[in-house]
Amino acid sequence: MRYKLGEKKGMRVAYGETLVKLGKELPNLVVLDADLSGSTKTSMFAKAFPDRFFNVGIAEQNMMGMAAGLAITGKIVFASSFAMFATGRAWEQIRNSIAYPNLDVKIVATHSGITVGEDGATHQMTEDIAIMRCIPNMRVISPTDYYETKSIIEWCAKNEGPVYVRMPRRDTETVFSSEEDAKFQFGKGRILEDGSDLTIVATGEMVPEAIKALELLKEEGIEAQLIAMATIKPIDEDIIVNSTNDLIVSIEDHNIVGGLGSAIGEVIAEHGLNKRLLRMGIRDVFGISGSATDLLRYYGLDGESIYRRILEEIKNK
Amino acid sequence: MSNTFPIKNTEIEELERIAKRIRYNIVKMIGLAKSGHPGGSLSATDIIVALYYKIMNHDPKNPNKKDRDIFVLSKGHACPALYAVLAELGYFDKEELWRLRKVGALLQGHPSISIPGVEASTGSLGQGFSIAVGIALGCRLDKLNNWVYVLLGDGECQEGQVWEAAMAAHHYKLDNLIGFVDRNRLQIDGCTEDVMSLGDLKEKFRAFGWDVFEIDGHNFREIIDTVNMAKSLKNGKPKMIIANTVKGKGVSFMEGNVRFHGKAPNEEQLERALKELS
Repeated sequence: MRYKLGEKKGMRVAYGETLVKLGKELPNLVVLDADLSGSTKTSMFAKAFPDRFFNVGIAEQNMMGMAAGLAITGKIVFASSFAMFATGRAWEQIRNSIAYPNLDVKIVATHSGITVGEDGATHQMTEDIAIMRCIPNMRVISPTDYYETKSIIEWCAKNEGPVYVRMPRRDTETVFSSEEDAKFQFGKGRILEDGSDLTIVATGEMVPEAIKALELLKEEGIEAQLIAMATIKPIDEDIIVNSTNDLIVSIEDHNIVGGLGSAIGEVIAEHGLNKRLLRMGIRDVFGISGSATDLLRYYGLDGESIYRRILEEIKNK
Repeated sequence: MSNTFPIKNTEIEELERIAKRIRYNIVKMIGLAKSGHPGGSLSATDIIVALYYKIMNHDPKNPNKKDRDIFVLSKGHACPALYAVLAELGYFDKEELWRLRKVGALLQGHPSISIPGVEASTGSLGQGFSIAVGIALGCRLDKLNNWVYVLLGDGECQEGQVWEAAMAAHHYKLDNLIGFVDRNRLQIDGCTEDVMSLGDLKEKFRAFGWDVFEIDGHNFREIIDTVNMAKSLKNGKPKMIIANTVKGKGVSFMEGNVRFHGKAPNEEQLERALKELS
């Protein structure tokens, strides 16, 4: 194993910390939030740069429009809210006001996926990858851990154009050991482990769970290749085409419709690859309330459940 | 092109002549495109002409100059009026007007920033207003002394986003922002008050913390004087000018006729309209 799981650290904390760092470097960086700055951690930037932080209140549609307007005047704009409201409530504003004119707005959302937990279905955003991925000009990124988030946010600030970044509410185990170790390469999947029995492609907070599953599979003598896919759009086609395994398992805290699994399926189909794809994620249902840990188990997305599902798949082959 | 006042009668007459030519081109381009929105373009024409010919600081030869005044057409479907003005002023070749809405043409069905002189991509109603609020905020961060203008439709004010933006402009004390509502009282399905009543728009914007003026949106003197008054009030409040207008203004059979909201004139109608406007 090239990477060891470390202590749990919040990706959103990494976001807040990096915004503060970037704020010092980039005087034209501004940050917007819609009354969730304490949760999204943009509050850290607000404290350091009160003149460049704008809390627009509970009005996400206007936030995206204002973000577009600020970008027109030459600002690098970060706009944050929960994934549900950032992408769901304001989808058409993102499409028409930001992506169509290709403006320099970074939509960084926290509280993605089922692991939002107790707040339940109305707050568990499991369709955001799908609805952001289909917008022209939009790039979609789902960081692996705390360290990679830092590198990704820095990349976003220094590369012009719209981006959507999703991250979970909960703290997750670090996969990388430092920011340097986690240095983000846009559009590239990252092979964390080689293996000749199957390929697991996981994104975001599912990478640590995939690592747990992979270790359990190893005990059974099953060697899995593990790819951490932080960039979901554009998807790294080469890494999928070059994988020599017949079975690919995609893992995401997102509906299996339209997300990472779908993106991989498109690559397999378009390249005519002779591969089977097992999509693990939320199987086209709405979530329920519960703790993040209990919900991951309930939806079969914790390390143990992933391990058992893959074992079953391989045995039934 | 900066404001000169008091405005002379000869200047008003000149603006009226320009507006007539712009209206001619609006009807012609929509007629040739066989598609577009003549009604709301014609009701907004005089406001846009006043802004670009008398009020705004802008330079067609240097469209990106930093301290320019910025205009956002939030009611994007009225873009034939904006396009005709921009072409007349030399932002792009006038021949482009006759290829409106055609595959591969410069002029899109709704405003796009890919078009020289167009500051924001708009047309999905409500969105241009928020963009203008963001621009006004950005200009203030840059310590510019310019003005940001935004033109909304009255039907557009049914969008919830308009009121989110109105709230924000007041909250951030954007007194560099001057809005217009093209109050032509018609929307695609009928009278605004029948479809979804807007009630007293003046009081609504006032309640949202704006300074509000009401004018005849076809009277150049009122348009220009009111903007000058709005500009003189550096009181921390955004300004909204409710401009009472006539949909289809300038073409007898289009005036007040909701059928010409989003429908191009046929050949016979085009001929008649152009005759009236020559």
